[in-house]
Amino acid sequence: MKIGEQFKEGLITNNPVLIQNIGLCSTMAITTTFFNGIGMGISVLIILTCCNVVISALRKSIPNDIRIAVFVVVIAGFVTIVDLLLKAYVPALSKSLGVFIPLIVVNCIIIGRAEAFCQHEPVFPSFIDGIAQGLGYTLTLVAMCLVRELLGNGTFGTGVFDLSEKGLRIVFDGSGSGIRLFDSAFGATIVLMPVGGFITLGCLFALTNYLVNKAKEKAGKTDAGVCACQITNEEAAK
Amino acid sequence: MAASLISISLGAILINNFIFSQFLGICPFLGCSGKVDTAVGMGIAVTFVMGLASAICYVVNIILVAYGLEYMATIAFILVIAGLVQFVEMFLKKTIPALYTALGIFLPLITTNCAVLGVVLLNVQNNYNFIESFVYGITGGLGFMLAIVLFATVRERVEFAEYPKSFEGFPIALVTAGLLSLAFMGFSGMKIFG
Repeated sequence: MKIGEQFKEGLITNNPVLIQNIGLCSTMAITTTFFNGIGMGISVLIILTCCNVVISALRKSIPNDIRIAVFVVVIAGFVTIVDLLLKAYVPALSKSLGVFIPLIVVNCIIIGRAEAFCQHEPVFPSFIDGIAQGLGYTLTLVAMCLVRELLGNGTFGTGVFDLSEKGLRIVFDGSGSGIRLFDSAFGATIVLMPVGGFITLGCLFALTNYLVNKAKEKAGKTDAGVCACQITNEEAAK
Repeated sequence: MAASLISISLGAILINNFIFSQFLGICPFLGCSGKVDTAVGMGIAVTFVMGLASAICYVVNIILVAYGLEYMATIAFILVIAGLVQFVEMFLKKTIPALYTALGIFLPLITTNCAVLGVVLLNVQNNYNFIESFVYGITGGLGFMLAIVLFATVRERVEFAEYPKSFEGFPIALVTAGLLSLAFMGFSGMKIFG
């Protein structure tokens, strides 16, 4: 498989959250500030890439019956490493993500990619797959954060961008106040509550569905036969 | 003691419901809520695993602390949970085969249910003792069951409703869950026994 194709799959056509619908817990729970979103996204990206490489390298020696247990141990190992690193170097992120960092162990994206991709493919494609899928996840988180933060608090990039008299700075310790677009008194706090998480993600999924349907219709005009065949196949699968 | 147990229980079931306010266990919540019967079965299985996992992991944590191995906690807990789920799977296969088939792929996936690992980690974080951990596990599971059963009943009705085509499937389910979570927000901020 081509590298470009893998990236296209991870980011758009087979995006882990939007198309595969996995890893939803963290997507809704931590996307309240830009800092959280990007921190979580990068942590998952690193863990996913490392796990993909290790599992793919070991794929011939893992017995099929206990493969899930082996995957989980590998994943838990890397999650512990990242957890300890965050505690040591980015304590603000570790504190604000709380229990969701160790919970990356049970994030379906990592175990799903191990099961669906790495146990059949060589190391290099698995490495690229980890980066591509991790980026897809990060982008979705960032999109959620931008919407929720803007509607809920009226800011952009809280924690990462800092706008003060000295000008615009980029900080990595979560202390940035963000770029204020309107007063927080006008923000709908409910968007930052759990309710907002569910509904924002619902709307994001609906948007994805709309775009997928549009793309299918467009494809239908040029090649109606193939498309209709695909749709009936999908319905049969349901 | 009794007061703290009641406050933990009500907190886990209503005020800080695992699904609606902590976002733990969303995958089975969305995947297993098509029918009320399946939802009840899933709820019972998860409650059972959560209660047992809390109790066993409390002991495991004591051993880890005694040997100064706290950093191994995540790995140790997930292995205990994986073992427990395997046990529940074999048990259900022997005793209630109908439920076993109905739960299907979601049964082994309880291992990767964040609510189970989440409750264990929260127990450690909150410094609960043995009884408190066990009660938090059981009531957290009951809160999960309440959420999934409520959601399944609503979802059965939503199937007959009219909504935009783009919202079919997951999107409308998430919006429904959002509205339920709004209802549960009414409990937030409640304090029991100070």
